[in-house]
Amino acid sequence: MSENSPLLTVADLSVTFPSPKGDVCAVNNVSFSMGREKIGIVGESGSGKSVTGRAVLRLLPPYARVRASQISFKGKNLLDFSEKQMRNIRGMEISMVLQDPKYSLNPVRTVGEQICEAYTIHHRAGKKQARQKTLDMLKAVRIRNPEQVYGLYPHEVSGGMGQRIMIAMMLIPEPGLLIADEPTSALDVTVQLRILAILDDLVCERGMGLIFISHDLELVSSFCDRVIIMYGGQIMEVVAAGNLHKSNHPYTKGLLACLPEIDGTQDHLPTLVRDNAWLKPVSGLTGKEVGS
Amino acid sequence: MIAVEKLNVFFGHGQARNHAVKDVGFTVKKGESFGLVGESGSGKSTVLNCIAGLLTHWTGRMEIDGVSLAKKRGLAFCRKVQMVFQDPYGSLHPRHTIDRTLKEPVKIHRLGDAERRVARVLDEVGLGTEFRFRFPHQLSGGQRQRVAVARALILAPELILLDEPTSALDVSIQAEVLNLLQDLRKKKHLTYILVSHDLAVVSHLCNKLLVMNRGQAVETITRSRLKRGKISEKYTKQLLVAGRGYDRTSIDRFEDF
Repeated sequence: MSENSPLLTVADLSVTFPSPKGDVCAVNNVSFSMGREKIGIVGESGSGKSVTGRAVLRLLPPYARVRASQISFKGKNLLDFSEKQMRNIRGMEISMVLQDPKYSLNPVRTVGEQICEAYTIHHRAGKKQARQKTLDMLKAVRIRNPEQVYGLYPHEVSGGMGQRIMIAMMLIPEPGLLIADEPTSALDVTVQLRILAILDDLVCERGMGLIFISHDLELVSSFCDRVIIMYGGQIMEVVAAGNLHKSNHPYTKGLLACLPEIDGTQDHLPTLVRDNAWLKPVSGLTGKEVGS
Repeated sequence: MIAVEKLNVFFGHGQARNHAVKDVGFTVKKGESFGLVGESGSGKSTVLNCIAGLLTHWTGRMEIDGVSLAKKRGLAFCRKVQMVFQDPYGSLHPRHTIDRTLKEPVKIHRLGDAERRVARVLDEVGLGTEFRFRFPHQLSGGQRQRVAVARALILAPELILLDEPTSALDVSIQAEVLNLLQDLRKKKHLTYILVSHDLAVVSHLCNKLLVMNRGQAVETITRSRLKRGKISEKYTKQLLVAGRGYDRTSIDRFEDF
């Protein structure tokens, strides 16, 4: 796809959650657009990065109020879609890898069946064909013995294997965009990097877009093409990953500086100074309410 | 100060028997900060739990200040050795105020003067007395971990066992807790044994570290050797490369150990 027709465009996205102490604005006027690239969303916990990802797929609980003036995917405006139409988008067009495979896989069905189901829901295929497709997909995520893994239950696989299965399940309907919400935070460093390499290869081969949500700034900057830095529900800045270390924003600088380094000294780490002046005031509500 | 020799731990029976720690040994001098690094399942936390006395079915020899440790630990041991756990959300009693949590060890050890001790220890961890009558759910993750550190400090121990003290925290909060731990060690001449999967965190806090894999000690290296990249074991090298972020070409060279 050419540069000037973005894959996903989000404009003025706001999400508020009602609470007894008044509404909490988790995401406030977030706008970005992306093509077939790897884009990272980074921030501390509570910065609204996961909520942004979920709002795109309309996966938030019903009491969340989502407003946006535009969420469009491949030119289709997702704001106008009904819940039924959204079900065709989820998985088929945009899919999401969640953090912990232990909680996101069905514990009473074999992993093979679950991947198979993801394919047959979106594609017309016979049993044999779907099974073959599943085995191919398991091989693509570098599982050495797909036949054996097909019949395993989620509790029988390790964390790294579980996350590969999740990726296989999310990629088998051949979506155009993958949202990965902290896909590797629960894993060991070497396993994490291997999973990312698989994700990287598959996303490149298939020409997909990837939104990678993480709290690990160093990892995101070495993995993604562009990085969105979020704080307090707002986008602080969008930088090319290579220029991250040259960033002038005090928040980005602070996040980078507070990481301990193997080559560094044992002096005091600089702590992050947060400044509410970075946040733009909550403006009047723009755009229309989604899914109401 | 502490010496561990030929420590072995098994979990499970029969076919499912798992040799979790295999002949691990190390010594830590007084005032030193020692790190245990490894991936999940390497046995690093198990070693720490054995030292703390939370596991009793170990074999081998452990001694503190020349005194051999028995399976059952007394009050005197607890005065000397305290532990800080990984998850500050799980390690504090949800229905006890901070004050009550901190007073409990004082009461058990019959130290008296609880009011002043609580106030002082809260001050030392940078929380201040206004946090005294709050409940854990009213604190942030970083503040809770400070309370956990305060609870360990209130008995004025010499050795503190830290089990992944910052891995449940955001990077910005992690920096604050690491600074606090470093200041406390300098001020009170504490000895630390730190367990972490993050090589950067360990090298920031410790001058000597033991790399573990699958229950075995891989190598003991000093911080300066790590910094210069003077590593003899392949496994440690791989950990070091992995700690430096995503690099597509180096990942293909990763091996299983």
